[in-house]
Amino acid sequence: MSNNHHTATSEGGHEHGSLTTKLIWKVFWILLGVTLFEVGIAFTSIPKNILMYTFIILTIVKSYYIVGYFMHLKYEAVPFRWTILLPFVLIVYLIFIALYEGSALSMAPL
Amino acid sequence: MASHAASANPSKIWGGGTSPYSMSWGKMFMWIFLVSDAFTFSSLLIAYGYMRHRFSDIWPIPGDVFTHFPFIHGHVPLAYVGLMTFILIMSSVTMVLAVFAGHNLDRKAVLKWMGLTIVGGFMFLGSQAWEWYHFIHGSEKGSYILADGRFARTDDLEPGVLIFQDHSKVEGAEAQALMETAKKNIHGANLTENEYGNTPLFANFFFFITGFHGFHVFSGVVLNIIVFILVYQGFNDRKKDYELVEKVGLYWHFVDLVWVFVFTFFYLV
Repeated sequence: MSNNHHTATSEGGHEHGSLTTKLIWKVFWILLGVTLFEVGIAFTSIPKNILMYTFIILTIVKSYYIVGYFMHLKYEAVPFRWTILLPFVLIVYLIFIALYEGSALSMAPL
Repeated sequence: MASHAASANPSKIWGGGTSPYSMSWGKMFMWIFLVSDAFTFSSLLIAYGYMRHRFSDIWPIPGDVFTHFPFIHGHVPLAYVGLMTFILIMSSVTMVLAVFAGHNLDRKAVLKWMGLTIVGGFMFLGSQAWEWYHFIHGSEKGSYILADGRFARTDDLEPGVLIFQDHSKVEGAEAQALMETAKKNIHGANLTENEYGNTPLFANFFFFITGFHGFHVFSGVVLNIIVFILVYQGFNDRKKDYELVEKVGLYWHFVDLVWVFVFTFFYLV
């Protein structure tokens, strides 16, 4: 489980978590594979809107691996994880209002 | 989830005497800075999305714009940015390996991986310079603003053909006549006009967002070089602590993370 924030924290408090070089390279292959997959499906005849949502989901998958493993957030204390991640709810809200407004305006004449 | 541990006995974590975040202040404030920086980049990309939805009928298709690849004549869309993404992900891996070596106080390995990270950073910056050059320089024939005010592109692979914004095409003598009577011939891109679409916004956002990201990469390379020199001089060995590498690593991964989003929203979607 992830409540390992009481593990032997010496002066600087740097715990390794369970990140190993093997895992680092595994994450690299996942990121590379997802990117190649994205470039690959960009030229298929899959409908544009399905393609768009696929790209956005895959981007979130990639950011999960970068933030979780490379930036080590998956192994940090739980209160800290929430402190970092929760503010991005505001970004989701901003995306919603900006894109909704932009689409609505595009229907009005210039 | 372990959140119940916090809610079940909050007095234990937040009641003083322990560090709820169990993290050094230096690392924590790097994180706080990165959150604020992520908000800046999010706002820029959301502004891009807003304008793209607003002008969806005249917005250029990225697949038609970024088609160049070194030494290849013809259209290879996405290949070059794909390569740039690979370079940046690769340099992120070498950075995380440097952080890992730092935990083991392995100075030699830290220097090796950080050195490779710096090389990767320079490769990315070089790639971006190449990309900007081709974006600004544009195609051979450019685009036209016709006598009736319509906007039409040309394609280096289809000489003598005019392509309108609704993707309809005109060729032969008709196209020739339209080009001769055109009001203007636009080549490449600047802040007021570009040949890719009938709106300056596309190029403006391209310059600003990729430029802002490129400047972050440049700052990251500078910070990496400074830390590399400090590690080389034995600063971290004397402290028996390599957290400095970890902090600069966080920044470097963040730069990689932003590129993942720029890649999706500027080139793929």
